[in-house]
Amino acid sequence: MLYNEPSPLEVKVVTKRFGMPNSHSLDAYLATDGFKAFFKAMQMTPEQIVEEVKISALRGRGGAGFPAGMKWSFVPRTSPKPKYVIINADESEPGTCKDRLLMENDPHQLIEGILIAGRAVDAHKGYIYIRGEYRYLIEHMDRAIAEAYGRGYLGKNIQGTGFDFDLYTHSGAGAYECGEETALLDSIEGKRGIPRMKPPFPAVVGAWQSPTLLNNVETLSAVPAIIRDGGAAFAALGTPKNGGTRMICLSGHINKPGVYELPVGFNLLRMIHEVGGGMRNGKKLKAVVPGGSSCPILKAEECDIPMDFDTLAKIKSMLGSGGTVILDEDTCMVRFALRIMKFYAHESCGWCIPCREGTTWLKRMLERFHSGMGQKSDIPMIGELSKNMLGRTFCALGDAAAMPTISIVEKFPEDFEAHLNGQPCPYAHAAEPVFA
Amino acid sequence: MTFSPELEARFAKLLESYPPGRTRSAVVPMLLYAQDEVGHISNELIEEVARLCKVTPLQVDEVVGYYSMLHRKPLGKYHVQVCTNISCLLRGGEELYEHASKQLGIANKQVTADGQFSLEEVECIGACSWAPAVQINYDFHHLVTPEKLDALVAELRKAQ
Repeated sequence: MLYNEPSPLEVKVVTKRFGMPNSHSLDAYLATDGFKAFFKAMQMTPEQIVEEVKISALRGRGGAGFPAGMKWSFVPRTSPKPKYVIINADESEPGTCKDRLLMENDPHQLIEGILIAGRAVDAHKGYIYIRGEYRYLIEHMDRAIAEAYGRGYLGKNIQGTGFDFDLYTHSGAGAYECGEETALLDSIEGKRGIPRMKPPFPAVVGAWQSPTLLNNVETLSAVPAIIRDGGAAFAALGTPKNGGTRMICLSGHINKPGVYELPVGFNLLRMIHEVGGGMRNGKKLKAVVPGGSSCPILKAEECDIPMDFDTLAKIKSMLGSGGTVILDEDTCMVRFALRIMKFYAHESCGWCIPCREGTTWLKRMLERFHSGMGQKSDIPMIGELSKNMLGRTFCALGDAAAMPTISIVEKFPEDFEAHLNGQPCPYAHAAEPVFA
Repeated sequence: MTFSPELEARFAKLLESYPPGRTRSAVVPMLLYAQDEVGHISNELIEEVARLCKVTPLQVDEVVGYYSMLHRKPLGKYHVQVCTNISCLLRGGEELYEHASKQLGIANKQVTADGQFSLEEVECIGACSWAPAVQINYDFHHLVTPEKLDALVAELRKAQ
C-alpha cells in the first residue's frame, strides 16, 4: 500500500485506516466502524441525509469546491428515468495524488460513501471512472467491489434493508479533459471527451440523458464519517463554510513530500515548515502552487494564510484539488510557466478555439522566451493572450491554462526580463534543453 | 479477430454493466483492455470492438485518436513513461527523461530496434509526492534517479 510517514499534526478522518494491516479488506473496514453510517443512513430519509451533508459544509474535493450537499439537492427527487452516481476518479490535475491513495488504502470507505449518496438521490447504479494510468486500481477496486457483493454490501436488498445498488468500474485511457464532469460523461458514453454546454447540469441531464450525481473520490470518502458522527462534528474541524479535513499532496522542494490530511484552513507556512519538514537544502521559499497547476501561483510573502476555499479566492487564487507544490529560490519561473502551458496545450481537447489555439501559441512563445529569443513586448503579450482565453470556452481548461500564466507573468516579471536580449537562462538548469 | 476467453468474458461482463442499449459506453475500456492483450490497436481490433459495441468502426477510430494511452502502432515490450510535469520537473524529471532518452538511444514515442523498449514523456501520472516518477507499462516507480532507472532497464534487459 502506497503511503508516506504520517505527521503528528494530521487530523485523520478519511485516512484513519491508512497504515493499518489489510486496510483495503472488508474485514478490516468492518472492524473499524465500517458500514455503520450506511445502516444509519437507511434509517434516515433522503432529505435528512442531504441536510446532514449540507450541515457538514463539505465542498467538492476535485477542485471546484462546490458545496456537496447543494449538489446532491439538485438531483430531482422524482424522475421517469433511472438516476446514476458517477465517481470521478480521473485524478489528473498536476500535483495531485490523493484519490489514488484513498482507493488503494480504503476502497470500502468509498463504496460506503457511494451507497449513501445513492440512497440520498435515489440512484441504484454507480460507475467509478478511473483514469487509465491507474490501471492497477481498476483491478483493485474490482476486487473490493466483488468482496462487497460476496458479503451482501452491494447488489439486491443490501443487508436486508431493501436497498439495491450495483457498482462498476469504468476505465479512461489518458485524457486530462475527461476529469471535467461533462467531458467525463461523453467519455463514459464511449465518445471523445468533449465538454457539454451547461445548463442543463449533469444533476438533471447527465449520463445517458439521465439525472446524474457526480462527485470526486475524496468527497464521497468523507461521507461515511459525516453520517456516522454528524455533519456538525465534521464542519467543526474546518473553518466556517469550509468543513472538515483535506488531503494535501505536498510536493516539490520540501524535505518531506507526502500526502497529509489536515483541517481545512491549516496555515500554508506551517504546512511547509512543520508538516513538510521545511525547505529542501535550507533554500528560501519562492512560490507555491496552492492546489494543482490550474491555480494562480502565490509569492512567498503571500503564503502566511489559512488554506480554505474562501481565503484563497479572496487573494485571487484557488484552493483547487489539494496539490500543493513548493518552489524554492532556484526555480526559473519562465521554465515553470512553460511546463504548465505545455501540459495544457497537450491536453486541450480542441473543441473551443481560444483554448486550442491559445495554449499552443503560448507554449511556443514561452519556449522561444526561455531559449533567450524573447522580446520585451512578449511579456505583456503573454498576459494578454492568456486573458483572451478567460471565460471564452465551454469548460474550465482554457481558464486553467490562463490563470497560472497570468499570475506568473504579473508576480515574477524579473524572471522574464532576465531572459531578454539573447541572455541564457540564469538558473542552474540552463545547460539542460527544454523539450518541445 | 478473437481475444482470449478471459478477455471475452470480461467484455461480456462489461457490456452488461451499462444501461440497456448503451453498449457504446464500453468502447474506451474495451480498447484499453484489448490493447493490453494484443499490444496495439490494429484495424481488425477496431472492427471487432465496433462489432461488440454495435457502433461503426469510424466511431471507434475517432476515440482511438483522442486518448493518449491508445496506440495505433506497437510499443516496445517495456514502455518507459517518464513524467516531467510540475512536481516531477522540480525534482529532476526533465533531466531524468533526457537521461532515459540517451540510455535507450531513442526519442519521444520511438521504439528501440530490438522492439524491447519504447519511451514517452508523459503528463502527471499521480505520483507527485514521490517525484520524479516513472511508469514502465503499468508499474509505478517512485523517487527515481538516473542510476535507479539504469538498474531497472538493465534488469528488464536481462529478463528478456
